[in-house]
Amino acid sequence: MYRDDQSTGVSHRKHAETETPMTDLHTPATEIQEQFDDQLDVTVDEIEERLETLVEEYKVPLSEARRSVVNTYLDDAGMDRDQLSGGGGNEHVDIADVDAPEEWIDVTAKVVELWDATADAVAQVGLLGDETGTIKFTKWSKSDLPELEEGQVYELRNVVTDEYQGRFSVKLNRTTTIEAVDEEIEVGDDAVEVEGALVDIQSGSGLIKRCPEEDCTRVLQNGRCNEHGEVEGEFDLRIKGVLDDGEEVTEVIFDEEATEALTGISLAEGKEMAMDALDTTVVADEMRQKVLGRYYRVTGPTLGRYVLANEQERLDGPVDAEAMLIKARSI
Amino acid sequence: MAATPTREVARRVFASEFNDASYTFKESDDERAPVYVLLPTGERANRVFLVGTLTETEDVGEDSEYWQGRVVDPNGDTFFMYAGQYQPDAASMLRELEPPAYVAVVGKPRTYETDDGEVNVSVRPESISQVDEATRDRWVVETAERTLDRIQAFDDEDGAEMDEYVQMAGEQYDLPVENYRRAAVGALESLEDEQRETTTAEQ
Repeated sequence: MYRDDQSTGVSHRKHAETETPMTDLHTPATEIQEQFDDQLDVTVDEIEERLETLVEEYKVPLSEARRSVVNTYLDDAGMDRDQLSGGGGNEHVDIADVDAPEEWIDVTAKVVELWDATADAVAQVGLLGDETGTIKFTKWSKSDLPELEEGQVYELRNVVTDEYQGRFSVKLNRTTTIEAVDEEIEVGDDAVEVEGALVDIQSGSGLIKRCPEEDCTRVLQNGRCNEHGEVEGEFDLRIKGVLDDGEEVTEVIFDEEATEALTGISLAEGKEMAMDALDTTVVADEMRQKVLGRYYRVTGPTLGRYVLANEQERLDGPVDAEAMLIKARSI
Repeated sequence: MAATPTREVARRVFASEFNDASYTFKESDDERAPVYVLLPTGERANRVFLVGTLTETEDVGEDSEYWQGRVVDPNGDTFFMYAGQYQPDAASMLRELEPPAYVAVVGKPRTYETDDGEVNVSVRPESISQVDEATRDRWVVETAERTLDRIQAFDDEDGAEMDEYVQMAGEQYDLPVENYRRAAVGALESLEDEQRETTTAEQ
């Protein structure tokens, strides 16, 4: 994963304007009220009012507002977050179907990767996967849970979903039960496949420079990194392209490898071209001539509004005019 | 309202239908709101993608360069495009390309009224690139498919649930959509003929 410049909208920095004022607060308020129904005498209206203050006056994202309000009631009720449940048994869900924060769910998943925990509060962090996709998980140190092993499939009951910048994760907590299961899971990669004509190559394509600071790979604008100011950039190749099938448009990012596969231009060749011309824009111009107006099929995961190309294929095989002709004559 | 305006899709349309699309409109009063031409099969188009044979280029400008390109589809119908100083990439392509050549064009529909009151429809190209026959063939089949989809939607519509662009096409034009079905058939037939000739030549 890499950071990108502001224009792609996929940076990991926090944006103040995450929520618009017109958010529906009644639904989350109702859900919170149900969670505390047995312990506290609060009305949906009260909760909605609290949420409204946070979201509309203080411009806090809804997920944060929700967390804050829930915490307030947890204190009032003298409860731990761990004791809070969705009310009754959880739903067993597919990973790809996780689409809201603060939900209590059960999953059967394989530990695809374990990452280095960067904080003492975190015992383990990594990636869980099932047939439908993958999701980040966090296991807290204070929850005192058994160690998870990479490659093992587990039945995980009572985990909580969370959201940050539109990406979902699950948190294991003190009430979570972990049971190793003797089965194999073929982990899906939630990749999408798109086809269409490449109708545009956007600015920021071709030979670009990235910030060399550790863990920062932002694209430089006029030699400047948004975060680190003026830096000596490192060259990279990429294409931000638009695939259009006549009904939908999809923005696709091709990294260095994919860009070379698409255009036949390697990073070394790109640098040479730029050096000869004393201008980096010649690289993108050359790429435009090679790929614009051609048809492609691209497969890869989505990130924000982009598809990241893992595989790409030029569609230049023969087409079936006969079948379309039969249809054309029949209507 | 979405923070970033969504990019307009590039419609697929044969030249005969495109050249009939003389009615333009906006969806809002905002000066910068996108302008659409209304396709007679009942769809709005703010952008088109076309592939065809570039048959002629000519600098028709008086003071500065203003390039006209003629791109012909399999029915022999012509897309007209114009590129001047504000479309430098497209203009230089029209200056440099040697017709005949297969070209792919992404562009915006534009209309203008002639002195005798006729409305001419043309393309203001965003990009022009030289492509191969396989790309042209794929475009022909794809454009036939999209055209037939529009015709079917047009024919299916009646009563209260009517699609607004189908309704608009009914109000603005007196053009039988059957013409455009025939254009799709014609384009596909000519593609089949070409493919048959290629196969015969190879044997």
